[in-house]
This record gives sequence, structure tokens and C-alpha cells, in this order.
Amino acid sequence: MDTSIALILAQDGITTGAVYALLAVGLVLVFAVTRVIFIPQGEMVTYGALTMVMLQAGAFPTTVWMLLAMGLAVFIKDVWSRLRPGAAPAGSHVLRNSALLNLLLPVVVYLLARLLPLQALDLPAQAALTLAIVAPLAPMWYRLAFEPLAHASVLVLLIVAVAVHFVMLGLGLAMFGAEGARSNPFSDLRFHLGPLSLSGQGLAVIVASVLIMAALSLFFNATVAGKALRATAVNRLGARLVGIEVAHSGQLAFLLAGLIGAFSGILIGPATTLYYDSGFVIGLKGFVGAIIGGMVSYPIAAGGALFVGLMEAYASFWASAYKEVLVFALIVPVLVWRSFSSHTLLDEEEE
Amino acid sequence: MLKKLLLASAVALSLLPLVANADIKVGVTLSTTGPAASLGIPEKMAFAIMPKEIDGQKVDYIVLDDASDPVAAVKNTRKFVSEDKVDVIVGSSTTPSSLAMIDVAADSQTPMISIASSIKIVDPVDAKRFWVFKTPQTDAIMLTAVTAHMADHGIKTVGLIGFNDAYGEGVMREFNTLSSLHHLKVVAQEEYKRNDTSVIGQVLKIMEANPDAVLIAASGTPGALPATTLRDRGYKGKIYFTDGIINQDFLRVGGKAVEGAYLPAGPFVVAKQLPDSNPIKKVSLDFIKRYDAAYPKSPANSFSAHAWNVYLLLKNAVPVALKTAKPGTKEFRRALRDALENTTNLVTAHGIMNMSKTDHMGFDQRSRVMVEIVKGQWKLVQ
Repeated sequence: MDTSIALILAQDGITTGAVYALLAVGLVLVFAVTRVIFIPQGEMVTYGALTMVMLQAGAFPTTVWMLLAMGLAVFIKDVWSRLRPGAAPAGSHVLRNSALLNLLLPVVVYLLARLLPLQALDLPAQAALTLAIVAPLAPMWYRLAFEPLAHASVLVLLIVAVAVHFVMLGLGLAMFGAEGARSNPFSDLRFHLGPLSLSGQGLAVIVASVLIMAALSLFFNATVAGKALRATAVNRLGARLVGIEVAHSGQLAFLLAGLIGAFSGILIGPATTLYYDSGFVIGLKGFVGAIIGGMVSYPIAAGGALFVGLMEAYASFWASAYKEVLVFALIVPVLVWRSFSSHTLLDEEEE
Repeated sequence: MLKKLLLASAVALSLLPLVANADIKVGVTLSTTGPAASLGIPEKMAFAIMPKEIDGQKVDYIVLDDASDPVAAVKNTRKFVSEDKVDVIVGSSTTPSSLAMIDVAADSQTPMISIASSIKIVDPVDAKRFWVFKTPQTDAIMLTAVTAHMADHGIKTVGLIGFNDAYGEGVMREFNTLSSLHHLKVVAQEEYKRNDTSVIGQVLKIMEANPDAVLIAASGTPGALPATTLRDRGYKGKIYFTDGIINQDFLRVGGKAVEGAYLPAGPFVVAKQLPDSNPIKKVSLDFIKRYDAAYPKSPANSFSAHAWNVYLLLKNAVPVALKTAKPGTKEFRRALRDALENTTNLVTAHGIMNMSKTDHMGFDQRSRVMVEIVKGQWKLVQ
């Protein structure tokens, strides 16, 4: 391997690593706030990418049907919990807000998807519409599948997450078909820097990832909602005591994870053909990054995911048959190192 | 008196089902979801339009999905054998699943017809493969066409890249065996997974060895990924595929990168370009007409034709088996197996089948042609 090949592999590794880093950050965020290991994060990536493909082809995005159906399900759940005999009294704003978020918003998105000239829209508009269609699915899943189990153990929540993954996988096949697709590239720029041939596409991915992580960091440090999320992540009961609505924190965390996942899909869509089932392995590699961060630290998770990307690129050159083995076997030394170096007990063990 | 009459007629009526012949049950397990869904879905559509009777006997097709997973394929096969008591098992769409099903078919002494590619499914015909047949051309037959074409075009060194599962490894192993016959040298061999999003490392390794041609041993649309990466990195040599990638979505995903690539194919793929004297043309066009009438939105493809050939095989063998045994019995399964093994000169949509004790595939050189991808279409290479 000479320098030029090493540099090309590094470039490829950093580009995929940037996407894995976004996913790792999303996973750590959701875990910290709700203790859910959000396996379907990978599905959000494929949904985002394939919805973008459909918009660019001018076809009506079938994901909108899922959005409408899930919105209706969440609204019915809210109505039932409000109106069933023995329900706790609540203000009328609960049902009104639920109707706005779960009924009105999906209908507006549906109308936009039907009436706008999809193929003629420019790239940012298509990306915004994709985010509007795919990202709300995550908080809806939270309301339907995870919120009722908010006090269950991490293992139960993980099993439910795997179940949600299978449901989304099956629906993905029904919505997108068995064949894969690639969306149009953001830019066809190519410029040469020594032996490297940098593409505008790859740079856009890296820059977007860095910007999103910076925005998240700003959100957590400078806004009230972000600080509330951090408080819920640190101590759920304490947060409730100081007046933070922890249910909203969970929804917000899932919404952020959904946005991150869908946006990652939009970023990697042009680079590679994605199939309805490609998301799982991508999500798992982000999960390896999150494990490296101990499921608590954002910078280490992002760095770990970047390392996973690089390792994958070099392993596919050195020993392509064992590439996946090497990437996932990385978890073992990380866990051993963490178990020796961590001194804090998990909350569960004290109960 | 009346009571005795009623009793007698009740007994007579209850015996009727035993007198009439039972339905012929065909258990079909296909990969209609999962990575091989692009193979399984057209096959399932072909099974849906098959005539429901052969030689006056009703045929019952039980079609199940195994999600491209060998474990699920074996589970389906066990269900067919123990619950449904089928007379013949068909499946699966992929090599790994078919290999896993062989044991179950052999243990239950039920004939099995696979719709997958590897020669290892039917060769050598040992005690287990005694019961196993298949309709698609083996990878070995297809590769003889590829190696001959390569030798004719002055290619000396070849790079291989394929799936790291039983299909890819089977193709690469067969190619290594055949390459020495044509004085071809394999200078690089890389593997990747169906779901991989990038093969840049493997491609760089191959280009380091600078072969005259690269063979991509893949099936379905994931086969386009190495081709696009090779062309992106400026590879100028010839690219060859195997017959596993033959579907319209592959052409869409591959785009310009697969232009000018060569691949072996069953004559079905270029049926309209065959000479009229070729008997395969008539059978292929008949199937295309039926399929297009039932599914105007998706054109008939190679995989649906392999599934249709299962019907043609059964249509030929079942009347022979019915002469000696009744469906639903062990003797019928044995008789059907024997009839399948004695298939002679059967014209199918992909070739002319001549099975024998040592050959449970039955195709010869007439069952494959070389095809070039020209302007997004399959073009017969004369």
C-alpha cells in the first residue's frame, strides 16, 4: 500500500465515519434521556435516503402514508387515555395539542407532497420535505412503543427496540420495494489535492456532520430545552422535581434522533445504493461508536465512530473477507477497557 | 331398513376421497424478502400464473417466504414435509438456502427442485443429492462461457470480487478451477457483503494488481457497486458479471458504469434476438406472453423463467409418475424423482434439459450465450 492508496482509504473512511458519528451521537442522546438503545436509527437513515430518492424521481413518497397512519394511531391513543374510565383529569389543551401534532401536521405534509412539483424543487427544499416526512416518525414510535414502558429495564426497552426495527423493516420493503436506489449527488465538483481526488460530495458530508454536531452542542449548552434534556439524562426523578416535563424530553430526544437519522440518510444517499434493509448494519456501526463512548460521552462516541469508519476502510483493503469481523470485534477490547476503568455504578443496580 | 341404507351410503360417501386421486402438493419456498428479494419476487409472480392442473390432476402450490435466510428456508421445508406432506419441494432462490434444504429433502425422501445457481447443489450425485434437481444453469456452465470469451479476447490476468457467501465463493472457486484450462491467471480475489455501502478498499487492492479483466461474482443489484467503484477509480479493463445480476433494476442502478460489460446468460434473456430455428425461442416467447399479460408493469425476467421451467419439468414428469403411484404417497415421491431423473430433450425457456443419474441439472452448451450490455439493454454477442 503506498501513500496515495492510504490517503484514498483515509478519505473514504472519514466520509463514512462522519455519518457513523452522527448516528452514534443520536444513539447516545436517546439512550441518555430515555435509556432506549434505538436500534431503528438505521431504519431512519434508509427511510430518509429512499424518501429523498422518490422525491427526486418525482414520485409520491410512500413514507407519507406511514406518517399519516402513525399520527392517527398516536392520536387515538391520546384520546383513549384521556377518555377512558378512570383516566387522570387533564386540561383540554392535551387533546388539542395532540390533534395538532399528530393529525394536522401529517395532513399538511401529505398535502405538500401531493401538491408541490416534487422533481422541480431545489435540493434544500426536497431535503426539508424529506425531514418533515421521516423525522416525526421517531417521536411517534416513542409515544406508541417506548413511553408506556418508560420504567422498564434497559433490556426490555432493547427488545422493544428490536421489535420496532423489524416492523420498520417490513414496512420499508412494502413502501420502497426490494431494489435499491441512489439519490442525485449534491455537487459534481472534483478537485485534486496532491494524490487525492476530493469530491464535493464527500466534503459536503463531512462539513454537514460537523455543523450538525456543533449545532447539537450549542443546543445543549445554550437553550433551555437543551438543558432540560441534559437534566433529564442525568437524573430523571430530579428533573421531574424541578418541573421539567420528562415525557416531553423523551419526545424531543427521539425527534432529534429522527432528524439526525433522516439527515444522515440524505447525506449518504448520493454516495451509495441503499436498500430497504441496508440501514441495520449502518446503525450497528454507529452503535459500535456509541459503545466506544460508553453510551454517555458525545465527543468520544463521535471519535469512536470515526475510528470505526477508518478501520472499515483499511480492513476492506487488507482483509476484505474479514472486514465486518474486525469492525464488530472492536467492541470487545473497548468493553474490557471500560469495565476496568469505570468506577460508577449504573442507576439500575441501586434499585 | 332405512337406517341400514343410511349407514351404507354414509360409509360409501366416506370412502370416495380414497378412491379419487389426492391433489399433487408442491411446497415452494422463495426469498421474496431480504437481500435476494429481487430474485424471489419475480419467481413468486411466475408461480402465481402457473396452470393449476397437470394431466388432469389438480396441483396445489404452497408458496412461502424464507427472507433469504437459510434457517427460515429449512424451517419452511420441514413444515412442507411434516405438516403439508408435499410431493415435491421447490426452492430456494439462493445457493446458501438451497444447500441447507438438501438434508431435509433427503431425509424425508422427497424430490427437491432448486432455483439457485451453484453446481454444489446437485453435484456430485451422492445419497443426499439423489433427491435434488435444479433448473438454473450451474455457475460452472456459465463460467465456461466466460473463460472461453476471455481467452478469445486476449485476456491473460483476471481479478475477482464477489459476495462472501456460498454463492460468491462457489463462483470464485469454479473460476479458479476453470482458469487454468484457458491459461488465465487470477491475480486478485476480494470479497464483499451484499449490504456493503462501499467497496473502495477491495477495488483499490484489485487495481493494484492491474488485471486485464475483472469478474464480479454477485447477484441482484448489489453487483453494480464494484463496477461503479472500478469505473470511478479509472479502471479501463473489461468487466464481466455472472448471470445472477440479470434484472432491469440492475441496469438502472449500474447505469453508465456497466455499459460494455459482458456476462453469460440463459437464452431467455435475449429470446427475441435468437434465430427462429432455435426451439428455446418458442418456449421463451410463450412464457413472456403469459407473464406480460398477467403483469403488464414488470417484464418477464430470467428468474421468473427459471421458476417457469420448474413447471415445465413437473408437467413432463408428473404424468409418468402418475402411472405407477398416487399423489401423497411415498411411492409417488419416489416415482416422481425417477421421472425427473429421466427427463429427456425437454425444451425449456433457458435450454434443453437432459437429466441422467449423474447429471441432475441437464443443460448443455445450448443453454448459455454471451451477452453484452449495450445502451442499457442486453445484447446477444454473436
